[in-house]
Amino acid sequence: MPEMTYGAAVRSAMEWEMERDSRVFIMGEDIGVYGGAFGVTMGMVDHFGKERVRDTPIAEEGIVGAGIGAALVGMRPIVEVQFSDFIMNAMDQVVNQAAKIHFMFGGRMSVPLVIRGPAGAGTGAAAQHSQSLESWFHHVPGLKVVMPAFPADARGLLLSAIRDPNPVLFFEHKLLYKIKGEVTESDEGLPLGHGLIRRYGRHATVVAYSLMVHRVLEAALRLEQKGWDVEVIDLRSLVPMDIPLILESVKRTGRLAICHEAVGRGGVGGEIAARVMESEAFDYLISPLLRITGLNTPVPYSPPLEQAFAPSVDRIEQSLEGWLTQEVSLT
Amino acid sequence: MTKLATTAEQKPSPLEEPLRWYRTMCRIRRFDETIDELFAEGKVHGTTHLYIGEEAVATGVMATLLSGDVITSTHRGHGHNIALGGDIKAMMAELLGRTTGYCHGLGGSMHMADQTLGNLGANGIVAGGLPIAVGAGLGFQLRHQPHIVVAFAGDGALNEGAFHEAANLAAIWKLPVVFVVENNQYGMSGSVKDMFAIGHLAERAVGYGIPGVMVDGNDVFSVWEAATKATQNARDGQGPSLIEAVTYRYKGHSKSDANRYRTREEIQQWRQQDPIDHLREYLLEHDVSVEDLDHIRREEMQAVAQALQFAESSPWPTVDILEDAVYAKEETSYA
Repeated sequence: MPEMTYGAAVRSAMEWEMERDSRVFIMGEDIGVYGGAFGVTMGMVDHFGKERVRDTPIAEEGIVGAGIGAALVGMRPIVEVQFSDFIMNAMDQVVNQAAKIHFMFGGRMSVPLVIRGPAGAGTGAAAQHSQSLESWFHHVPGLKVVMPAFPADARGLLLSAIRDPNPVLFFEHKLLYKIKGEVTESDEGLPLGHGLIRRYGRHATVVAYSLMVHRVLEAALRLEQKGWDVEVIDLRSLVPMDIPLILESVKRTGRLAICHEAVGRGGVGGEIAARVMESEAFDYLISPLLRITGLNTPVPYSPPLEQAFAPSVDRIEQSLEGWLTQEVSLT
Repeated sequence: MTKLATTAEQKPSPLEEPLRWYRTMCRIRRFDETIDELFAEGKVHGTTHLYIGEEAVATGVMATLLSGDVITSTHRGHGHNIALGGDIKAMMAELLGRTTGYCHGLGGSMHMADQTLGNLGANGIVAGGLPIAVGAGLGFQLRHQPHIVVAFAGDGALNEGAFHEAANLAAIWKLPVVFVVENNQYGMSGSVKDMFAIGHLAERAVGYGIPGVMVDGNDVFSVWEAATKATQNARDGQGPSLIEAVTYRYKGHSKSDANRYRTREEIQQWRQQDPIDHLREYLLEHDVSVEDLDHIRREEMQAVAQALQFAESSPWPTVDILEDAVYAKEETSYA
């Protein structure tokens, strides 16, 4: 299997679909000759031309809406939003239009649209270029939300997202673009809504997605040295979410922690916690659950502050250890 | 308010088409009058935006469309769907929230659209349909299809950012899109005199490098003539244009409107330029009999009455339809 970066895997999925399906095209700001702000579309315009790799004005509401309209007449558009924070400029089109068209017209239309873009902190880009806003979209019926952590998943899930008849938000963490992994360049997409146990363990279940999967795995390795055996679930997609996988795991481990970079308040972690509490898995819990999340602040600029904002490996390790230890002392 | 002269130089001949327009306009008016009555009787809930007084715009524009063309509509969209040839039974049933409605009762007044006729959606968000119209035009251009898009908008929509982005995208990509601005003088209570610093909304087109014209929106011939030119240009690859159709809504913006922002006299003045009376006079002048015109009007009143009967006898939806209604299982596209 060839090794490729996460960014290259995203590009590989788009190129694959554009070769396979003439209805697929991509538009966004500076995605042509420039290659995209993070280089994801580098070289694509040379192969597919300016019509199908389409540079747009800085007009997020316009281009997301144009993606919807093109989808309604039979195209399969991909809209790259330069920083996912900028989707805020297009919220009407995402929330009031794309998410609801299938429903409010009684199933007479569907919107096969992918909106993809970089999310997350860690590049010093400050408050308006660093957010993780997935919980907003997770909250809106009609949207799907995908946040892969590994190159192979980025490729496989993006293939499925493009082929999905619904609007899909596809968030790529900026710090993942350069990580490498083995990727099969096949036609097989990975189904949306299937999480994966990245590491089996018996003492606790830690649910994560996107960049945090990597940090939780590293923290789990450190905890292993201290005698704690932590199971790590990579959700891969938030809508649909693999709730059965989480419940099954929690029933085995008896403990649930959730880790995401997005601010804790109103975050996806709260929903995961509630789903577990409402289920039969509740009876298996032997300790209070734990959330390890971004701080409830905008993302700060200065390096030490920015590092403090998102859960680091150290913070995850310490939080988990304290939580596990506290539980043991209680029983 | 200025009385705009009928400036249309061309007239379609023979009378077959104007007679069809007369029928369409009578149907739109009777449909929305009925909705108005149903609201007063408490038989329809929620809100609705009536097209009464603006019938010539949708009718004149739709007369220039060909099979495969599409439109995006607005919150005041009943007239657009009827002028496209929409099924008034399914529309009435939707308004009454019945399972036989266009959207099985999931949409209501602001989301009734017949996609099989090219209506990509009425829209509850002012200017919300404009970027979507541009995308449909882009889809046609990318696939080298000969179809065009008409994007309806009210005067209020021109002050939304979405209009700006949509107009610019359509212009730079030379998309086959015609923006039809129904200037009915008020965005809810906001008069165009207060909300615009320009004399005519069509002037906005200049800023995008596209043609803009203003027509008497109460004269179906003027609308038809301007739309004929604009849609032909779009078909010929000459890109987008904008038509400002000057018209007036007789009824309030929606059901909560007590008309505090305008006078009875103003409404009466506009009623004297009624689009249906205007066309009726033309037809009478061209030797169509009063009896024939009255017959058409009666037929349409009956059709609307039958639609109401159909709707009222249709079943209510049940909540079990909700779960499967949110996500599409397969692609459903038009055009």
